[in-house]
Amino acid sequence: MAKEMIEIRIHGRGGQGSVTAASLLAIAAGHDGKYSQGFPAFGVERRGAPVRAFARISDEPITIRSQIYNPDYVMIMDPTLCELPEIISGIKPETVIVINSKEGGRKFRNKTYLYDATTLALELLGRDIVNTAILGVFAKATGLVSLKGILEAIDREFPQKLAEKNKELVSRAYRETGS
Amino acid sequence: MRQTKKNVVEVSYAVAEAVKQCEPDVMAIYPITPQTHISEKLSQMAADGEVSAEKINVESEQSAISACIGAQAMGLRAYTATSSQGLALMHEILFIVSGMRLPIVMTVVNRSLSAPLSIWNDQQDSFSQRDTGWIQLYVENGQEAYDTQIQAFRIAQETNLPVMVCMDGFMLSHVYEPVEYLAQGHVNGFVPRYKPGYALNPDKPVTMGTLGTPHYYVQFRKQLQDALLASKKTIMDVNSGFRSSFGRGYGDGLIEEICMKATPPMKKGTSRKHALITIGSVTGTARDVACKEGLGIIRVRSLRPFPEEELRKACSGLDSVGVLEKDISLGANGSLFDEVKAALYSLRDGPVVSSFIAGIGGRDITMDDIRDVCTKIKAGREVREWVM
Repeated sequence: MAKEMIEIRIHGRGGQGSVTAASLLAIAAGHDGKYSQGFPAFGVERRGAPVRAFARISDEPITIRSQIYNPDYVMIMDPTLCELPEIISGIKPETVIVINSKEGGRKFRNKTYLYDATTLALELLGRDIVNTAILGVFAKATGLVSLKGILEAIDREFPQKLAEKNKELVSRAYRETGS
Repeated sequence: MRQTKKNVVEVSYAVAEAVKQCEPDVMAIYPITPQTHISEKLSQMAADGEVSAEKINVESEQSAISACIGAQAMGLRAYTATSSQGLALMHEILFIVSGMRLPIVMTVVNRSLSAPLSIWNDQQDSFSQRDTGWIQLYVENGQEAYDTQIQAFRIAQETNLPVMVCMDGFMLSHVYEPVEYLAQGHVNGFVPRYKPGYALNPDKPVTMGTLGTPHYYVQFRKQLQDALLASKKTIMDVNSGFRSSFGRGYGDGLIEEICMKATPPMKKGTSRKHALITIGSVTGTARDVACKEGLGIIRVRSLRPFPEEELRKACSGLDSVGVLEKDISLGANGSLFDEVKAALYSLRDGPVVSSFIAGIGGRDITMDDIRDVCTKIKAGREVREWVM
């Protein structure tokens, strides 16, 4: 069972929606009929401070509740976090990394997807909240959750007006990412 | 294989949904981290008219539980929720609730106690209230939190005893995971309308919480103790009734034995020699480790009433057990350890009992931590350690 369980670690800054990203991912996986879990690294949250959130997806019920130390996937919401040692802590050679970044910046030896979600978020939301766009990239790059699942999760969790904008963000990021 | 869509929700919201479905008449709640998402959601439901209960915004937890006393004494169904310092502030009133035999239901979202200030999870808060005459049920996951919340209302009104449903803060309360809801009709069928045997009523006056002179007080106390011990059967019956109605149950209701029977790679017919005794959500992580390490798990679901005989039976024939708990009775030991040890004392050739204090102040309990604990249990020597 443990083998098929996918573990995802999300790094971001307070205010970028990393915790929401983890829960949206869990809801989307549930929509796809999978078992899932999404939770934050509980802390005293401050805007701009590094935050972590976690998600697990599996075909079998998930019972483990510890934090994630050896992720299969890492999402980085803010490129300035890439220099932090905790970003690569416990990653495996096969760990896939998704970064909100323009081309360049820190090079990882791992398979990496870069997407400039900040520009898109500023265009559509007027704010640097990139969680939903990065989920779009993640969905396309990994195929672990469906686009439909994420859109439905957004519909359920966000007020309507905000949901529409975020769904557009996800869809565009999804379209613009190579699988 | 086509998989069915799963209802992934935050566990706090699932608990709020269960409370709503049980149709309390009064909810008096003071918000405190990490219970806040339950109180927020119930406030929202009350404001939106989804729940008909009167939501009383009180100025403290002591007022919250006191308001519940008034409501329940009037013959209404009352609910509250709290954590940590909030529960500590309720302390003196908790005895009054049980002493007056008021079946109030409370969710405790477990959090450590100050000082130093910690908002994170452990179970020192509810463990330190275990002598107050309340039933205490500890849940492992979101589904059990939802189910037990519903069971709690029925257990309370069948026993005339107050019930705390204890769930780990953050580790459980703030996790999104699949929780299957029951239809409203099923909840109504399982939790019949509350019909108090006696209630405050000007037309039919009664006295509650009167002066208990020595001759009478001891009888009240003995009755309360007898009622709590007798409630074991109610908890078990409600658990098995829930299982037969909805297909979900939790051990015998008091304890849950997990992989205690031989499974591969052990030979068929052989039984476990070692077991890990757990309480609360850490059991989930332990499931992934202990069974593979060749240990069984005994999860304590009901701390009060304490499943003394059930534990004796489950531990009979074992060489060693280790109690893993998020609690410390300062100056003594982990309380669950002390109680397990006392329960097993009368067993002939009882197991060695070790103590592992873990997850205090929200410290993450990793699979490696549990593996290490299992190795020490299997070594068969008594140890008392903090996992840190």
